[in-house]
Amino acid sequence: MGITRRDAVLGTAFGGLLLPSTLRAQPVQRPQELRIGITTFLSGPASVFGVPGRQAAEMLIDEINRGGGIGGVPIRPYFVDEGPGVEHLLGEFRRLVLNERVEVMLASISSGSCLACTPLAEELRRVTLLWDCGTQRIFEEKRYQYAFRTQANATPEVLAPLLYLLKRKPDFRTIAVLNQDYAWGRDSWELWRAGMQALKPDARVVAELFPRFGATDFSTEVTRLLALRPDVILSTSWGGELDTFIRQAAERRLFERSTFVMPLAESSLERVGRSLPAGHIVGSRGDHWFQHPAPADKARLDRFVNNYRQRFNSYPIYPTYHMYQALSALQAAYAKAMAGNGGNWPNEQQLAAAFPGLEFDSPTARMTIREDGQGLEPQLIGTSRHTDALPFATLSDMIVFPPELVTAPVGRNSVEWLRGLSRDILDRVPAPAG
Amino acid sequence: MGAWFADNGLLLGLALLDGLASAALIFLVAVGLNLVFGVLRVLNIAHGSLFAIGAYTAAGLGAALGSGALPAWAALGVLILAAALVGAVLGPLIERLLLRRIYAEENVLQLLVTFALFMMLEDVQKLVWGVQPVHHDAAMRLFGTFDVPFGSDFIPFTAYQLFVLPGIAVLVLVGLVWFLRSTLSGRMIVAVTTDREAATAIGINADRVYLLTFTAGAVLAALGGALASPTAAIVPGVGASTIVLSFAVVATAGLGRIEGAALTALMIGLGRSVAVYFFPEAEVLIPYLIMVAVLLVKPQGLFGTLETRRI
Repeated sequence: MGITRRDAVLGTAFGGLLLPSTLRAQPVQRPQELRIGITTFLSGPASVFGVPGRQAAEMLIDEINRGGGIGGVPIRPYFVDEGPGVEHLLGEFRRLVLNERVEVMLASISSGSCLACTPLAEELRRVTLLWDCGTQRIFEEKRYQYAFRTQANATPEVLAPLLYLLKRKPDFRTIAVLNQDYAWGRDSWELWRAGMQALKPDARVVAELFPRFGATDFSTEVTRLLALRPDVILSTSWGGELDTFIRQAAERRLFERSTFVMPLAESSLERVGRSLPAGHIVGSRGDHWFQHPAPADKARLDRFVNNYRQRFNSYPIYPTYHMYQALSALQAAYAKAMAGNGGNWPNEQQLAAAFPGLEFDSPTARMTIREDGQGLEPQLIGTSRHTDALPFATLSDMIVFPPELVTAPVGRNSVEWLRGLSRDILDRVPAPAG
Repeated sequence: MGAWFADNGLLLGLALLDGLASAALIFLVAVGLNLVFGVLRVLNIAHGSLFAIGAYTAAGLGAALGSGALPAWAALGVLILAAALVGAVLGPLIERLLLRRIYAEENVLQLLVTFALFMMLEDVQKLVWGVQPVHHDAAMRLFGTFDVPFGSDFIPFTAYQLFVLPGIAVLVLVGLVWFLRSTLSGRMIVAVTTDREAATAIGINADRVYLLTFTAGAVLAALGGALASPTAAIVPGVGASTIVLSFAVVATAGLGRIEGAALTALMIGLGRSVAVYFFPEAEVLIPYLIMVAVLLVKPQGLFGTLETRRI
């Protein structure tokens, strides 16, 4: 039977009335479980961050599920190892979205992984939270509809310790750098140097040392630094390499000759114990610190720290806080999207639309995601000190930098923004809080 | 040139001291790999795992025995004991259960099997020791530091890196050369290396020689890891970086050549430390630049000999 003219006219009219509204607010059935993919390092040197990140995810998801899940839906995590490389990661990302039907991806620790995953998130139209990677390039080079970062980026993580150094030791004349020879080590030095040239143009760089990624011995570099006697030594290294550098430097009394600035050393403090002497500058890739001088909700911070310690027998380090932030943002975004959808489960577009301007709680602060997808996270920097209470260095003279002060504005390239800084910014640095 | 030395002579001296300690560790790991390849003709990728397990075991044993309270020689003894344990247990196990079955197979298959073993042992390390960096520096701390004059200044070095590591490397080198040239077991190893068929025909038990050699190689790899453990944090992946450098040493030295491994380790150790002082960007490239330069001039390696191929 053919289609008559009457059928066609009726069909067109009916479809024209209903189809657009169907696309706009297609009802999505509330799932039995909320499947989320989490990419993290479970092998290789970066598993010192990846495994605590996974542990925190398991602990927090258990807590969320015990409380009824998100909108009454329990979370089911799927973990993917970033260790085998980007090709493997992209394959797993695609498999999780297309085969396992995960609704949200949390990716990744490595900046290289994030740079690769973000275009794929757009292609697959799957909300992706960049939960730990630092590269500032992602939202400065392109706008994304489905990708959001639930923490800061490399710019505030480098600028905050530079400002702290300029406040604490404004008269330093010489500086040396020892960073790992890979993207983060090189990029963080570029950011530091851009800021330093603007704020302290008379500082002289006496050595730029980039030992290979994965190096296990820094004796030669320590000798070189001992001979040079720079006023300041910067190292954005992390993991076993930072531990080894700190121990070898301590054994050979390099800490007595130079002031160290270590923006990621919070994650090494418990492991290196008393090897790290007092008086050196430590950062934590955010405002993560179990002795935070002014947390937004002290009970919340204590609960997180105590639960983590009880379950894993160590203090939580920064990736565990970043995981908290990602899951907290996810809960807040679902709540916002459902509220805007009459209490119904949101579709992908509705969920993605909830993130720009989203406010959510971290263990220490109230955070925001900007309109470009970048999270605004405070930065806590302090000076190492020793007490009888703990067998490792804690922090004194802590400054919590507001994110607006140290993050490049929307649409600005970080390096150019840092080069254009004036010394007025130092007047806006808050006073030490603890 | 003279002016350059006048300006940089002192720095060069420091670089040479640094290079010695670095060369000692490189030698200890690479010589085991070289010995195993020379006799068994198997390129053992799992050699890096034996290094890592030696390091983890030494740190674990040191912490468990509380060697911080022991005198220096005891802390050092714990490291050597750990290496001996790892080599003596894992060496025969791997040789008997795995390698013995693939001696007659293609090189590619041998590589795949030892690579698979490497991957499995990587996971075993994570299961046993976790992923957080492990460290125990009692041996290094107990030997203290030694101040080297530097113009009007001085540079503190650890006595462990300045004297103990190079000292042990020299002992191992001399001991190995003496063992291979002056003992019956050593001569049997040399005989099997030279011509397995002829050695078997005159009554040498080649299987036993293989077992002995592989176990010695495993002990040396573990010793390298154990001696590195007081100075470095041990992390997942340390075995992989070790094996890559060891291959460069073995290829440069000439496969199966012990003196070659020592000389190459010295060249790489010194080359890398000099690079850190004067051309830091080239430090990562030095081992491979040395390898390429040597192989261009002597394709069989520094001490390697041309082999006739039976058809």
